[in-house]
Amino acid sequence: MWHDASEWMHDTMPQKLEHNRRACRSCTRRAYTLPMKTTAWKVQFCLALRWLLPFGLLLGGVAYADPPTVPDTLQQRIAACTTCHGVHGEGAQHGDLFPRLAGKPVAYLELQLQNFQRGLRKYAPMEYTVRQLSPEYMHEIAEYFAAQQVPYQSSSVPDLAPSVLQRGQQLVTSGDPSRKVPPCQACHGKQLTGTQPSVPGLVGLPYDYISAQLGSWRTGTRASKAPDCMSEIASRLAPDDITAVAAWLASQSVPADVHPQAANAITPPLRCGVLGSQGDGA
Amino acid sequence: MKNLRLLWIPVVLLVIVLAGWWWRAHTTHESSALIEGQDVSALLKDPAVIAKGHYLATVGDCMSCHTEQGGEPYAGGRVIPTPFGNIPAPNITPDPEHGIGRWSFDDFWRALHTGIGIDGERLYPVFSYTSFTKTTHEDAIAIFAYLQSLPPVAQAPTPLDLNFPYNMRSALTAWRALYFKPGVYKPNPSQSAEWNRGAYLVQGLGHCNECHAQRDALGGLQGNAILSGGRIPVQDWYAPDLSTQANGGMQGWTQQDIVDLLKTGRSSKGTAFGPMADVVVNSTQYLQDDDLKAIATYLQSLPSRPKLAAVAPSFDSGSLVNSGRDIYAKQCANCHGDNGAGIPGVYPPLDGNSSVVEPTGINAARAVLLGGFAPLTQGNPRPYSMPPYAQQLSDADVAAVVTYIRQAWSNRAPTVEERDVAAYRHTPTD
Repeated sequence: MWHDASEWMHDTMPQKLEHNRRACRSCTRRAYTLPMKTTAWKVQFCLALRWLLPFGLLLGGVAYADPPTVPDTLQQRIAACTTCHGVHGEGAQHGDLFPRLAGKPVAYLELQLQNFQRGLRKYAPMEYTVRQLSPEYMHEIAEYFAAQQVPYQSSSVPDLAPSVLQRGQQLVTSGDPSRKVPPCQACHGKQLTGTQPSVPGLVGLPYDYISAQLGSWRTGTRASKAPDCMSEIASRLAPDDITAVAAWLASQSVPADVHPQAANAITPPLRCGVLGSQGDGA
Repeated sequence: MKNLRLLWIPVVLLVIVLAGWWWRAHTTHESSALIEGQDVSALLKDPAVIAKGHYLATVGDCMSCHTEQGGEPYAGGRVIPTPFGNIPAPNITPDPEHGIGRWSFDDFWRALHTGIGIDGERLYPVFSYTSFTKTTHEDAIAIFAYLQSLPPVAQAPTPLDLNFPYNMRSALTAWRALYFKPGVYKPNPSQSAEWNRGAYLVQGLGHCNECHAQRDALGGLQGNAILSGGRIPVQDWYAPDLSTQANGGMQGWTQQDIVDLLKTGRSSKGTAFGPMADVVVNSTQYLQDDDLKAIATYLQSLPSRPKLAAVAPSFDSGSLVNSGRDIYAKQCANCHGDNGAGIPGVYPPLDGNSSVVEPTGINAARAVLLGGFAPLTQGNPRPYSMPPYAQQLSDADVAAVVTYIRQAWSNRAPTVEERDVAAYRHTPTD
């Protein structure tokens, strides 16, 4: 359907008409401005053409009366989203800053849109894009991306010493009690594929994106409902820990089942606004 | 050169002194506009008056400025950037300490009608009292009744962030003398009731002229520049000329086109975006049909404009247009059509679109960079959107494609240069 429409656009007929129109315009203009040399029949011909052309256009219009149509789908409507995040929310093909949205929990995606709208999460292009969307439309968009199932892409990870990756693994799987950092797995799930309804998966995310987000949690350009547990955890990490966690997470292979785990599968170690303030408040 | 630059200080001071003199001669006239002693307390509690005030506050789009991103409605805090510094909008909920809870109606009237604050201070004209002064006493009572009916929010004001000498409110004496004439709208007896209603809304509460006219170096609007289009300072969008007649920015717009755009955010001639999208979403979509028609009737009576002489490009723009045509075919034609006609009801036409051919090229360039959704309104609850091209196209590409659409089909607008796009790319979006 869409292809038909664009073929219509590319059809040569309108171009021919446009060409004729231009030719005639210049011809009549010449008839008025260039005296003597222009022969009378030329003037007559052009004037006649000026009368006939509308009928020609009318015929053309009948032949091409079907207006171009666009698919009445959400996918077509949200071109502003898919141009960076991919048609199926697969994330950026090149450059690693546009995160994958496909398969993330609906409530998580919805909350991110709301946070950009409220200015809790700072990124000017996103804030501009979502600024006037309704809660219903944002929910529909979140549902669209949550329902997408597309293969994960691998992304590049900087070449780091094994000890750094080891530190990353330790933080993700066991945390660091000396810094009061809980393991990522405690909330993001044993498989790190996220937890319903609003904890995102961490596997399959690019190194650049994870480290940028952890940095944003520390500086407050990414925030969430208080008590803001992720902001708390990110500020407990040492600066080098961000590199370690991001690199280890980005270098893991993606499990076969990437669905977020069930809501009752976790007991958050910190009080979290997004999780309805459950947790023991450590 | 450096010494010359400082010359403006004595000039500004001289203007202040002269204006102060003028001001003294005219203050008695201004204060006589205040209506004193009338008991409005009964009206302020009347649910019908409050409901009317809600509607009028929506017409005035008060909430857009008086609410910060993610903040409580009307609690203030949104910072309005101006060339003179940043001015945060105050809290206008009825909180007694931080809002207008202790204000009487006379205090409110003095602010709205004469631009004088509760402590007698001159208000900065970023609060558009230059337009709001036209609001009738009766309508002002309704708006005040509505604001007083809101839940109070104890949100402290954000301090002003203004540069010298604009941080001295006394400088406003001069500004007011130059640019402000208080007075309620006076109906034009030779025009219809509908026209007068439209003029009242557009010139008064709608404060359309605050954006849709060119401001001078002191941030003032010349009296004869009525809705003839202007560049919005700092925010850097171009608010097009609103004349629908010959050479007007909206030449050929019908009454229905204007009503459609204000009610749904889109029309057969174009789609609102940038700051106008916010105006549609927060304000005009809620206007009654009669008021929208009245606004359209008034706008359609704006005079035709002089034909602008064609501006010769500062360089040979032929190759720019050629590369722009290629980019257009690849990136834009799918939705906007080879013929620039768009797709009715879905994607706006670019041929003859007032935002494409406006004098500066800012709107088209920023629309290409930012993309975004058409206004989300009751009439268009699931809008289509345009991809942002900031990530995909270079400054040169954007300049090329924007120059192409400004000169293709029936469009004849000046070229946009790469260096302009480079600046727009970094213009903040709020």
